[in-house]
Amino acid sequence: MSTYRERIRQALGGKVQFVQGDDACAYGAILAGCTFFAGYPITPATEVAERMSEILPLLGGCYIQMEDEIASLGAIIGASWTGAKVMTATSGPGFSLMQENLGYGIMTETPCVIINVQRSGPSTGQPTLAAYGDMMQARWGTHGDHEIIMLCPSNVQEALDLTIVAFNLAERYRTPVLLFIDGELGHMRERLVIPEDGEFELVDRVRAERRAGYKPFEAGESLVPAFAPFGSGYRTYVTGLTHNEQGLPRTSSAPIHDQLVRRLSDKITTHSDDIVRYEAYHTDDCEIAIVAYGLTARTCRDVVDEGRRRGIKVGMLRLITIWPFPETLVADLAKRVDAMLVPEMNLGQIVHPIREAVEGRCRVKLLAKIGGDLHSPHELLEALEELRCQPR
Amino acid sequence: MRQEIRICGFGGQGVITGAVILGKAAAVYDGKIACQTQSYGPEARGGAASAMVVIADGPIGYPGVHAADVLVAMSQEAFTRYAREVKPECIIIVDPDTVFSWDIPHIVHPVRSTKIAEELGNIVVANIVMLGALTALSKVVSREAILAATLASVPARFKELNRSALEAGLEAGTGQAA
Amino acid sequence: MSTTLTLKTAAQLRATYLRGEMLPSIFCDGCGLGNVLNYTLWALEQLGTDLDRTVFVSGIGCSSRLSGYVNADGMHTTHGRALSFASGIKAANPDLTVIVFTGDGDGVGIGGNHFLHAIRRNMDLTVILVNNFTYGMTGGQAAPTTPVGSFSTTTPYGNIEHPLDICELAKAIGAPYIARWPVSYPYQPIKSIAQGISKRGFSLIEMLVPCHTAYGRRNGLKDLEVIWQWYRDHVVLLDDYDHITQFGSPEEQAALREKIKIGVFQDVERECFDERWAALVERVKL
Repeated sequence: MSTYRERIRQALGGKVQFVQGDDACAYGAILAGCTFFAGYPITPATEVAERMSEILPLLGGCYIQMEDEIASLGAIIGASWTGAKVMTATSGPGFSLMQENLGYGIMTETPCVIINVQRSGPSTGQPTLAAYGDMMQARWGTHGDHEIIMLCPSNVQEALDLTIVAFNLAERYRTPVLLFIDGELGHMRERLVIPEDGEFELVDRVRAERRAGYKPFEAGESLVPAFAPFGSGYRTYVTGLTHNEQGLPRTSSAPIHDQLVRRLSDKITTHSDDIVRYEAYHTDDCEIAIVAYGLTARTCRDVVDEGRRRGIKVGMLRLITIWPFPETLVADLAKRVDAMLVPEMNLGQIVHPIREAVEGRCRVKLLAKIGGDLHSPHELLEALEELRCQPR
Repeated sequence: MRQEIRICGFGGQGVITGAVILGKAAAVYDGKIACQTQSYGPEARGGAASAMVVIADGPIGYPGVHAADVLVAMSQEAFTRYAREVKPECIIIVDPDTVFSWDIPHIVHPVRSTKIAEELGNIVVANIVMLGALTALSKVVSREAILAATLASVPARFKELNRSALEAGLEAGTGQAA
Repeated sequence: MSTTLTLKTAAQLRATYLRGEMLPSIFCDGCGLGNVLNYTLWALEQLGTDLDRTVFVSGIGCSSRLSGYVNADGMHTTHGRALSFASGIKAANPDLTVIVFTGDGDGVGIGGNHFLHAIRRNMDLTVILVNNFTYGMTGGQAAPTTPVGSFSTTTPYGNIEHPLDICELAKAIGAPYIARWPVSYPYQPIKSIAQGISKRGFSLIEMLVPCHTAYGRRNGLKDLEVIWQWYRDHVVLLDDYDHITQFGSPEEQAALREKIKIGVFQDVERECFDERWAALVERVKL
C-alpha cells in the first residue's frame, strides 16, 4: 500500500508539466495537504474546481460543489473545524459574495485558503480578461477592523509554490489566506515542475494538548490559540460574535472586544517578517524603482533590463505579499530612489498604501491600465523615460 | 533567445490545442521555458482565434507576442489580421485552401493542411499537420519533442491518426524548406 | 433506538447537557425555545448520543442561540448560512452527528437557497427549525412565514405576502424525514427529533413556537395563555386533516383553512451525500 504522499504524486501526474495557472493552484493545494474543497464555478477560476474535483476523490478527500460562493466559504470553514486543510476558488463576483463569511473566518480564527482569479469589474465586467481590481476589496471588503494575508504570484510555477505557502500561513496564523491571480495567469500555460516533498515546508496548525483548563481562544506569545477540532471532546463553541477566551459571546464588553480584535490584528502585523515576501531586482543602485506585483511584474522585469541598456538606473521591487502591506520595505526604498513607477491593472489601488509608506520622500507615478490588456514593454519604458526627464 | 509563435485561424480549427502541444513539446520534452496564452487584446475578438507560444532559454517576462518569429495562419481573416505583427524574417505558413491572398514581402510557405488531414481520414488533424510543418520549417522544437507532446495530448484511439498527420506535416514542411 | 427512558431531574439534565457559563438564557419568559432545547436534550438522552461527537450549528436569531447552551462542539455562524457550515462539517467528517438549530427567517428566508440545496444533496443533518412567524431577536419584523394580514414592525398596515409552508417545501425537494409540531406537544417532538437524528439523511423538525413578545403583542396575542391557546386552536393532525377532508361537515372543512397541519410529513429512506461520496471514492481512489 502506497503512502498518502506517494498517492499525491500519482494523482498529480508527471513531474514536469505544461499547465494553466488555475491547475497550479489546485496542485499546490493538494501538495499542501488540502483534503476538502467547496466551490461554485465561475470564469476564470473554474479550472481550479475542476482539478480539485478530479484529484480529491482519488485521494479520499472531499469535493463539494455548493449552491453559491457564500455557501462555499461557509462549507470550507465548517470543514476546517474538523481539522481538515481546506480551500475554495472564485473570481470577483464570487469574492464579493464571500465577504461576510471571510470576516467570520477571521473572527473565528479558521485556517482556510481562498483563490481569487481576478477579472474586471465592477459587476460582471469582463469575465475572461485579466484585471487586478479586487486588491483593495481583499483588504477592506469585509466589515470591521481586521488584517488579512494576501499573496500574488507572477507565473504558473509561483502559483503552485505560493499556494503551498498560503496553506502554511493559514495554518500557522489560523486565519483565512488569499491567493490572487488573474484571468490571464489563470489560463496561461507554462512549464511547471512539481516539487519533491522536502523541497517545501509543510505547516500544521498547533493542536490543543490538554483538555483540562483549555480555552479555545486563549493565545500565548505567538498570539495564535491552540486548535481542537470538532469531535475531539474539547467541546468548543465557535461564534462570530465578540467572545472571551473560552469562546463565549461577550457582546457588551469594550475591553473584551478591544483585546480580541487587537490580538487578531497583532497576530498578523507582529509576524509580518515571516509573512512578507518580495523580490528585489536591481534595486541596490536604482534611481527609479518600479513597484509591481502579479502578472504585470513579469513585463517590468524585461523593462528593467531594457531600461538599464538605455542607461536608466531602474530596478524593480516585486511585491509578493500584498497584505499585510510591506510598509517598511517600501519606505526604505523611497529613501534611496528619486521616483517610483507603479503599474497596476486597475485604476490605482496598491498605489495608495505605497504613497502612504513613501510619505512624500520620492515621486510616485501610477501607470493605470484597465480593459484586459497587459502593460506593454513600450508603454512602461515611455513612463520610465518621462520620469527620468522630470526634474526632482 | 526568445521566439514568438502565433497559430491562428477560425474558432474550432484547433489552433489553441496546437499551441498547447507546441508549448508542451518545448517545456516538457525539450526542457525549455515556454508560455502559452490566448490573444491579449481586442484584435482577438471576432471570428479569428489566435493562440500564442513564447519559447525561451530563460524566464519569460511579457507573455504575449509583440512580433511573431513564426506565424501559422489557417484562415484568411486571421492571416489578414496577424500578418502585420511579424518580424521581417518571420516564417509564415498558410493553408492555401483557406488563405487565398498573401501579398506581403515575406516568403510564405503554403501547406495544404486541411486537404492532407482530409486524405488521412479526419479534417480535425489539420492543426497537427501544421505543427509538423512548423517544426520542420522553424525548428523551434525538436521532432522528437513535438511527436512526444502530440501523442501525450490525444486520446489513445487517435494516436495513429495524429502521428500520421504530424509526419505528413513534417514532410510537407521539409519539402518547403528544401 | 433505545426504548427505555430513565427519568432524570431537570438539574441532572442541566449538568449533563448544558454549558453552565452560558446560563441564564437570553430568552423571554414564556418563549418556547427553552422547551425546544429541552425536547432536543431528551431525544439525545433517549438515543445515548455521544456529545463529544456531536456538533450543534446555528445561524443568527433567537433560535440560533440554542447551539451555545449545549455543552458540545458548537458553531454559531452567519445569518442564514448554518446549513452551509454544517454541510462542510458533515462532508469533511461524516462520523460526526450534526444538528442544526435555525429559525424561519434564518433557515428559509435569508438561508432559503442553502435549505433547498442541503435537502437536494440529502446532507445527513438534523435541522430543528423554530418557526415563530417573525424576526424575534430584532424586534418583530415580517418573516417569510408571517401569516397574511399579520402586523409587524415592517408590515404596519398588515402583511400582504403569502407565507411559506416549510414542511411542504422540504417534502417537494425530497427530505427523507419531515415533522412539524407545536411546542405545546411535549412527547411527539422528542420522538421526532430522535427519529431525525437516527435517520441517515436530511431531517427537518419544524417547531411552532409562540413569540408573544415580538409577534403576539402586535397581533392580539400578547397574553401568554392566549397565544399558547391560539396554537392549540390552529393546528390539526395530518390524519385528522385527511379524515375531515374526506368525511367532515362543510363547517369542519371550512375551519381547516385556518389550520396548520402537524405531524410526521415524511419518513422514507434515501441515500445521503456522505454515503454516495464514500461509494464514489471507493470506486475511483488510488
